Amino acid sequence: MNDVAIRVSNLSKQYRIGAVQDGNRTLREALTDVFVSTFHKAVSLVRGQAGAAAELTKEFWALRDASFEVKRGEVIGLIGRNGAGKSTLLKILTRITEPTKGYAEISGRVASLLEVGTGFHSELTGRENVYLNGAVLGMTKKEIERQFDEIVAFSETEDFIDTPVKHYSSGMYLRLAFAVAAHLEPDILLVDEVLAVGDARFQTKCLNKMQDIGKHGRTVLFVSHNMPAVMNLCSRAILLNGGAIADDGPSYQVVTKYMTSEFSTVASREWTDPLTAPGGDIARLRAVRVRDEEGDIVETVDIRRPVRIEMEYDVLKSGHKLVPSLQVSNGEGVCAFVSRDVNPAWSRRLREKGHYRSEVMIPGNFLAGGTMYLDVGLLVLDPLRTEVNERSAVAFQVLDVIDPDSARGDITTKIPGVVRPLLRWNTEQSVNAVTS
Amino acid sequence: MDTSAGFSGAELPRIVIRPSIGWRSLGLQDLWQYRELLYFLAWRDIKVRYKQTVLGAAWAIIQPFFTMVVFSLFFGKLAKIPSDGIPYPLFAFAALVPWTMFANGLSQSADSLVASSNLIKKVYFPRLVIPISSVCSGLVDFVLAFVVLLGMMLYYGIIPTINVIWLPFFVILALVTSLGTGFWLSAMNVQFRDVRYTIPFLVQIWLFATPIAYPSSLLTEPWRTIYGLNPMVGVVEGFRWALLGTQTAPGATIFVSAIVAVTLLVTGAFFFRRMERTFADIV
Repeated sequence: MNDVAIRVSNLSKQYRIGAVQDGNRTLREALTDVFVSTFHKAVSLVRGQAGAAAELTKEFWALRDASFEVKRGEVIGLIGRNGAGKSTLLKILTRITEPTKGYAEISGRVASLLEVGTGFHSELTGRENVYLNGAVLGMTKKEIERQFDEIVAFSETEDFIDTPVKHYSSGMYLRLAFAVAAHLEPDILLVDEVLAVGDARFQTKCLNKMQDIGKHGRTVLFVSHNMPAVMNLCSRAILLNGGAIADDGPSYQVVTKYMTSEFSTVASREWTDPLTAPGGDIARLRAVRVRDEEGDIVETVDIRRPVRIEMEYDVLKSGHKLVPSLQVSNGEGVCAFVSRDVNPAWSRRLREKGHYRSEVMIPGNFLAGGTMYLDVGLLVLDPLRTEVNERSAVAFQVLDVIDPDSARGDITTKIPGVVRPLLRWNTEQSVNAVTS
Repeated sequence: MDTSAGFSGAELPRIVIRPSIGWRSLGLQDLWQYRELLYFLAWRDIKVRYKQTVLGAAWAIIQPFFTMVVFSLFFGKLAKIPSDGIPYPLFAFAALVPWTMFANGLSQSADSLVASSNLIKKVYFPRLVIPISSVCSGLVDFVLAFVVLLGMMLYYGIIPTINVIWLPFFVILALVTSLGTGFWLSAMNVQFRDVRYTIPFLVQIWLFATPIAYPSSLLTEPWRTIYGLNPMVGVVEGFRWALLGTQTAPGATIFVSAIVAVTLLVTGAFFFRRMERTFADIV
């Protein structure tokens, strides 16, 4: 028996944006595409630029030449920013999607967990869903039967097991779904960031269960944004950046590298080459910066202070309506909000060629603490389409200060939520109710 | 993706992942390994189908039964369409029972991949499992409606001939036709949602292109055999012949129907496998 559980060599995945990625395109669109692209190809051939025809659809590599080996029994953390290619890698290894290039070999029984409760049906009871979900995750009926009581006990939903899950609270639902997943018995377990949900106590329970899995000689590859968990559970970590492997080594080293690089260089990004900057024929993004009130570029900002997001872009073709947009997500990938420039003075104006700078201010006492990732985009209107969408273009840390004048007040424990606005409360004591 | 999962002795299953080019094998071995999932998905469809309905599984009977009533009124009584010497209601119902199974199987399997997009994006399993389980889940409805059909035969005092032993063959023929069409349509529906809107038309046109309201004995040879190119002609005439003892012994027609149905199934399965690699990316 050889001791390599997973061997990945030059694995790459290319997505096409525009044509296929739009998903359910209609037959008419496909037919139009065929004619339009044939026409374009013909025109460019006549002009003698055969290469131009290839540029009709935008292509990007979600994963580029990833190579690594995982030994049997190793527990490996897969880390990186949103859009770094972690999920793509996992989707290829789980055979959900095919690689465009490269090769991978897995020896052993594989179970994957990209989502908890896949296949759960709200009309079915807890019991029925355990069987269904177990089968979806690759367990045999016998295995499920054998472990059924244990699964139910682990999920702490004994009293409701014969109730349709649509009547479950979201916590119960997740616990049951996790419980099934936690009882998978594969040689190799591939896990996406599924532990980001659920209450803290149950999360710990699942992490412990996973740790047990590692001790039983199982190979685990798991994606996480939870750095303490990665350092705790994994002996080794792989850092992905822009679809490529940026680092691979002992988890504490890789995590440290990730943390430091993450917070020191990402508050400002510039694309110096106007030809390769993100965008297309109409506009290209040239820079995104995070600034504080004073205008300094900052990586961390006090939770009470505002932060300014600045973007610079070139408009290459006159006569289009352009709307800059921003999406803010936290470290778990949960979107906090999306904001677009709705000022009619600019959003309805046909832009002339040139260099533009747009700025937006996110007020203080609004975002929750933690790392915030900014997807920056430019939309073209009439018809609406995305000209630029730079995922995780920049990031900054919102520093959660324990100070009574923040939205935290006098609370010192962990506060959930992706935003933490300072809202005005009004309390009155009602006089007539106390007459008795 | 090649999936060479060999369980030889104590050796671990080995999965090789690489880009696939062109046509692929059907992956029947892989499909066989996932037979329990197929069972569970069909079971789920059956369990969920009539949840939150007042009449529940009675719908499985109501659908073909009322169509039969309508047909009997308009085609039998008003238009006086011949029915091969069988009472018209029975004549129509014997055809509507397999037809309903076929038509529901077709519509449900065609939409099945899109309806299961959450599964497709999150878990690996042979995707063929999805349309197959949708078609199979229709068997329960079929059995219910079939019991009613037996009741009607009893009422009209018609005893099936020895030919009834062929009935399972016609049930399989209907399933194969439904599945073959379902493979084609479901795979296309992933990319072109237009398919979803054409299905009601398709089913309706197919209904009238099949001898349900009328007998195929209205046609003379060689047209009747050519008519068998629609595999449902073989199924419907087969049902009547096996159960009701109509004289239209469907020999050549059945043969043509069976060949067309199997061709649909095999080409559909290959087409499906070819399209499968992009399902998770575009569904």
